[in-house]
Amino acid sequence: MGESKDSVAEERPKWDNKVQYLLTCIGFAVGIGNVWRFPYLCQIYGGGAFLIPYLIALVFEGLPLLYLELAIGQRIRKSSIGVWTSISPMLGGVGIASMVVSFLVAMFYNTIIAWVLWYFFNSFQNPLPWSQCPLNESKTAFNTECEKSTPVNYFWYRETLNITPDIESSGSLQWWMVLCLATAWSVIYICFIKGIESFGKAVYVTATFPYLVLTIFLIRGLTLPGATDGLVYLFTPDWEILKKPQVWLDAATQIFFSLSVAFGGLISFSSYNAERNDCERDAIVVGITNSATSLYASIPIFSILGFKATTAFNNCRQENILTLTNRFDISDQNITLENYDKWFNYLNLTHPGDMSTLPLKVCDLQNFLDQSASGTGLAFIIFTEAVLEMPGSQVWAILFFVMLFSLGLSSMFGNIEGVITPLRELKLVPKWVPHEVLSGVVCLLSFLIGLIFTLGSGNYWVEVFNGYVGSVPLLIVAFFEIIGVIYVHGIKKFSEDIYFMTGRKPNIYWKACWMVISPTMLLVVLIAYVAIQATKYPTYPAWNPDYELFPETEMKPYPDWVFGIIVLLIVMPVISIPLVGLYNLIRCRIKKSSVKASPNPYNNEAFEIETEEQRKQRV
Amino acid sequence: MLEKIFFFLCFPSVLAEMLCQPDAPEGFNVRLSIKTALGEEAYEWNRNEKFFFQAAIAYAMSIHLKQEFSVSDVLVCNETPRVSFWFVVTSPANPLLLIDKANVEMAVRKSRNRINSALLLSDTTMEFVGALPTLAAPFIPATPPWLIVFGVVIGLIAAGIVFLLVSTVVQKKRKKNQKTDEEDDDEEERVKTVENRNRSDGVYNASFSDDEPNTQM
Repeated sequence: MGESKDSVAEERPKWDNKVQYLLTCIGFAVGIGNVWRFPYLCQIYGGGAFLIPYLIALVFEGLPLLYLELAIGQRIRKSSIGVWTSISPMLGGVGIASMVVSFLVAMFYNTIIAWVLWYFFNSFQNPLPWSQCPLNESKTAFNTECEKSTPVNYFWYRETLNITPDIESSGSLQWWMVLCLATAWSVIYICFIKGIESFGKAVYVTATFPYLVLTIFLIRGLTLPGATDGLVYLFTPDWEILKKPQVWLDAATQIFFSLSVAFGGLISFSSYNAERNDCERDAIVVGITNSATSLYASIPIFSILGFKATTAFNNCRQENILTLTNRFDISDQNITLENYDKWFNYLNLTHPGDMSTLPLKVCDLQNFLDQSASGTGLAFIIFTEAVLEMPGSQVWAILFFVMLFSLGLSSMFGNIEGVITPLRELKLVPKWVPHEVLSGVVCLLSFLIGLIFTLGSGNYWVEVFNGYVGSVPLLIVAFFEIIGVIYVHGIKKFSEDIYFMTGRKPNIYWKACWMVISPTMLLVVLIAYVAIQATKYPTYPAWNPDYELFPETEMKPYPDWVFGIIVLLIVMPVISIPLVGLYNLIRCRIKKSSVKASPNPYNNEAFEIETEEQRKQRV
Repeated sequence: MLEKIFFFLCFPSVLAEMLCQPDAPEGFNVRLSIKTALGEEAYEWNRNEKFFFQAAIAYAMSIHLKQEFSVSDVLVCNETPRVSFWFVVTSPANPLLLIDKANVEMAVRKSRNRINSALLLSDTTMEFVGALPTLAAPFIPATPPWLIVFGVVIGLIAAGIVFLLVSTVVQKKRKKNQKTDEEDDDEEERVKTVENRNRSDGVYNASFSDDEPNTQM
């Protein structure tokens, strides 16, 4: 009787309800990239026209991959390593690759969350610290670095990162960043302490809160002056741009990375489901929600960017008005924004000589709208600058950073899940180690290694990881996933699995995508991506105050040892695929009896043993 | 005689005109943007406001040079509709002697706050052209505010972690105690069944009997 109670404790954990599962998957897919990458891509690739390659990529690449992962996880009921080993021991490397990529991505992603936390902590003061330059040491003038650039830039590069001029000078550990990173990992630990029981509850907040904040920002953003300029700029389609292949490549990569496939987290999540669950509907819901969130987020982002551009444009014109008023001693407020053009023409006619000597700026709204950025530049420079102009800046800053924090946290859950559960299945961790200790050790280890990103050169390293770890290895893993399920496991077997789970076989659309369209797209994207990266020697933008063109960033090439590390980062996750395949191939050949596989509810090898023995008897 | 009296009466104003000129080496050009600063409540620039300004400058000079300056020591000229004008400061001891620019600048910088608030303006709306800007040193509190927020957050997290770990340990102990109790129950039951067999308390089940007469065909 006692034994059955032990087996109850080993039973796979379950979701409390379907909503929790869907929210976790949506939270994993919807991340900071939906807010700071998609609107930027929309803007530089001709606004509304970008939606076409984006939706095509979603339908033919994103949704099939998502459905595949959710289905295979739900059927085989193991995490990434278990699933691939079950399909074929030679594919076990795919699971290990997923785990390694999840681990590496978790490390640098949490650094971004640490930056968000730093800005959050600093938003509780009046005036906001990025609104003004500090004084220099002799207190006679403002700090030179800040004067040359802007207070917002200075706060990001100097007071947050304390960045070194290039990646080779590592600088020292920035203690305030270490504290923020420790806070970030502590939050992850407290959410993961009991596994699915704890983060399953946390996800109710972290997955829904961003939508609340986005709605608040939408309402606030649309009421700001200049919002419509920003939105028009965003959505005006430029159909010509669809002829560029780069657009299609970026759309495909954006969908792929946005959905967080190939991390192994989605497989783990769906393995906690009931056996007969409609995973087709789940996949469609998650995929469409992810893209809809990207679109929904771009509206407030671009309203606020439009507002920022309009404010900058008006400030530019006000400066010109002041110059004219002072030069010609015209009564204060006689020249306004409305009658500026009339006055300008009048003064040009009456005092042409004086007008030509005046340092009048050229104020062009399009120019200001063109100044956009993605990634950390959008969140920590452009948006923080926009927030300064909004009344009640502290509230908006706090809301924004809490939103980024919950977006990042729900994505981290998927990453960490893709590390911890496969570790258990690899049987590297003895069973008596409780979940609390294992997650604590993983968090502590990640924190210690992640201290690299709190050095002076930390931001450069985050860019290295972001650009190389989170791109090519994932594409390779996804390609092997789809080949593994469709060709090694077999499309017939897979269709039967789906029939068992959902009650209907996959229709021609799914089959066509899985067998032909998605692998081809993945292969093309992978080759194109590698080709483009390989043609130019990789460079990075460095913040160097001694640069002649400062405050522009200096483009420096990566030194050779960094290049070596980049290659290592790409190869390290992916090398496990061929290595495990070779290892199992050799083992199969050496030992003629079947491989001692872990007890697998899906494949009972007892019959194989008997048939082989029978064959020997016959012989 | 009359001519001399007339000459001495007119002398100060003539002198003022000579001392205070646009681009005077010891003078300052001041630009006021009253409408920008006050909007609807903007006051009109008139003689009284000018007097107020002169008084404020005299006050600043008195504080800086520790001499008694009066309103008549501040000479204003060349007023424009902008509103902008030039002013120079003469020494109280000798009306022909101008206070040098550096001292005037220092005086204005020291008392800039008071001069600004007298005229309800600010550093941007009252500009002393050519003077170094007064840099409002940002207020630096003793403990950086972000450390306080960080302390609160990390305290909550640490409390949460401790609470969860302790509750897990307590739950595990309870389960262990329950298990040992139930294992004791199991053992007792097993013992009972052994005893049962010995006592043969149960009902005799005839289906497995070796009674041949019953099973013969």
